[in-house]
Amino acid sequence: MDRFNNKLGIVRRGMINNNPTFMLILGMCPTLGTTTSAINGLCMGLATMFVLILSNTIISAVAKFIPDKVRIPCYIVIIASLVSVLQLLMQVYVPALYKTLGIYIPLIVVNCIILGRAEAYAKSHSVGDSALDGLGVGLGFTLALTVLGMVRELLGNLSFFGLKLAHADGMLAFVLAPGAFLVLAYLIVIFRKLTAKIINK
Amino acid sequence: MVLSLTVVCLVCSTILGFVYKSTAEPIRKAEIAKTNASIGEVVPAFDNTPSEEDTVVTVGGNSYSVFIAKNGGDIVGYAIKSHSTGFGGVINLMVGVTPDRMIYNTSVISMSETPGLGARIVPYGKFNAQFKGWDPDKKVLKVKKDGGDVDAITAATITSRAFTAAINNALAVFDRIKNVKTDMSNGQVQQ
Amino acid sequence: MEYVIILISAIFVNNIVLSQFLGICPFLGVSNRVNTALGMTGAVTFVMALSTLVTYLLQYYVLVPLHMEFMQTVVFILVIAALVQMIEIIIKKISPSLYQALGIYLPLITTNCCVLGVAILVVTKEFTFGGTAHFLNLGESVVYAVASALGFGLALTIFAGIREQLELSDVPKAFRGVPIALVTAGILSLAFIGFSGLVK
Repeated sequence: MDRFNNKLGIVRRGMINNNPTFMLILGMCPTLGTTTSAINGLCMGLATMFVLILSNTIISAVAKFIPDKVRIPCYIVIIASLVSVLQLLMQVYVPALYKTLGIYIPLIVVNCIILGRAEAYAKSHSVGDSALDGLGVGLGFTLALTVLGMVRELLGNLSFFGLKLAHADGMLAFVLAPGAFLVLAYLIVIFRKLTAKIINK
Repeated sequence: MVLSLTVVCLVCSTILGFVYKSTAEPIRKAEIAKTNASIGEVVPAFDNTPSEEDTVVTVGGNSYSVFIAKNGGDIVGYAIKSHSTGFGGVINLMVGVTPDRMIYNTSVISMSETPGLGARIVPYGKFNAQFKGWDPDKKVLKVKKDGGDVDAITAATITSRAFTAAINNALAVFDRIKNVKTDMSNGQVQQ
Repeated sequence: MEYVIILISAIFVNNIVLSQFLGICPFLGVSNRVNTALGMTGAVTFVMALSTLVTYLLQYYVLVPLHMEFMQTVVFILVIAALVQMIEIIIKKISPSLYQALGIYLPLITTNCCVLGVAILVVTKEFTFGGTAHFLNLGESVVYAVASALGFGLALTIFAGIREQLELSDVPKAFRGVPIALVTAGILSLAFIGFSGLVK
């Protein structure tokens, strides 16, 4: 049981204490750029999680064979390859979504979250723990993007996951660029207030 | 040091090459399926495979793909892949024209208009519904601001103009096809 | 004339930071002082122009002929990382004073997504400068890269100026740090929407 709680703790710490969006303020470009609707945010989060779990797993497995001096280039090659695999798979199975998310899919390569977790966690932990950390951080990122997309869609378009709630126009600014910054600012404040207790424990 | 970097690069590119090989065919199929789906939306029921009966027509320096839909050997419609420039970039539009020069339907293939504004050309609604069965001889294909009959999307005039322009381009392509046909019947084969 | 349109469009209308959301990390991270913002702009402009030039040539003269477009992401990021390293070494040798000014920003640029973003955009997106939709040629690509970098610099510098003032004002405790910076960025982005429609 202790072991289980321990593993759960890794996921929870990844999601809350190390929440990339609200706590670490990392990976801001896709966070702001793709969250014009809840479903786009959700999908971007899942795509990033896919790369994050695999890169954490692979890097923790090969870390001891890679000399320290060239580790960053090696990590970048591994991450870029994973992203390319993701690009190819998305073109087969979800071509429409691939078009919508556009440039932000290849840009997962330079998402600081992924290189950050490789450097801060995966390279010095076991394969299983690294995968769980990837899962936790990935879930935290997905959650943040989905909520951000949900709020923007609700205010800007008066719809919920594409379901129109009222036949009227929303406050358009929330779907446009300024809304992304404003909603994110308020969400960070709310998230930090809500989780202050859990983290200080 | 250099060795391990080389090994990592080699292994990664091998795996990537393998994934590419195995996804190349499905990606091509997915693209064809998408074209077929949008053709199916814009022309009446057909029994041939329009995506295999495509010709390229050049009008005004731009080339357009035209897919011919037939039912029982008769042409029931032309699906014309048209495009024009919107607010955020290129709008690619599949326009279905019936042989008697009426717009049957339209379907957006790709666009990068503002979400919530111009992007409203994609979901089926008041804007794109108005083009269904549009007779270009009776109603003018221009937005109302420019003296036509098209109801523009509120606050997205540029996008609405571009959408309308893409339909006009498709009609120009249709007219060119018709001319080619006439010329052919006169014995002058030209493409 | 077309170059002028590209410049105005990329700097004001489609500002890379405020309307395309590329390069947000350095935008929020290194924008506390106007001086650092200007230094960062210089380094980014240099790297972006050079990397776009190299990746453009690689795309059209190596990847496309070999049918290796799927390696695009991997090749581009490696080129950018290598270029940044090289520039760092060269500047260190040639001009130590310039290295003093730009040095600390250089390693950060590899993970600045506007560099990779612009490199990918110019070879995958059809632009509509000057009316008709087309893929950019080499000259236009480099001008677009420089213009994007200048747009990044403009946003960064204005933002740094505002943040210098912000430090002196009384911000509610919960909003201190990143949240108030984001609110500021939101208002700045709202102002930039005013430029839309300037260039068709």
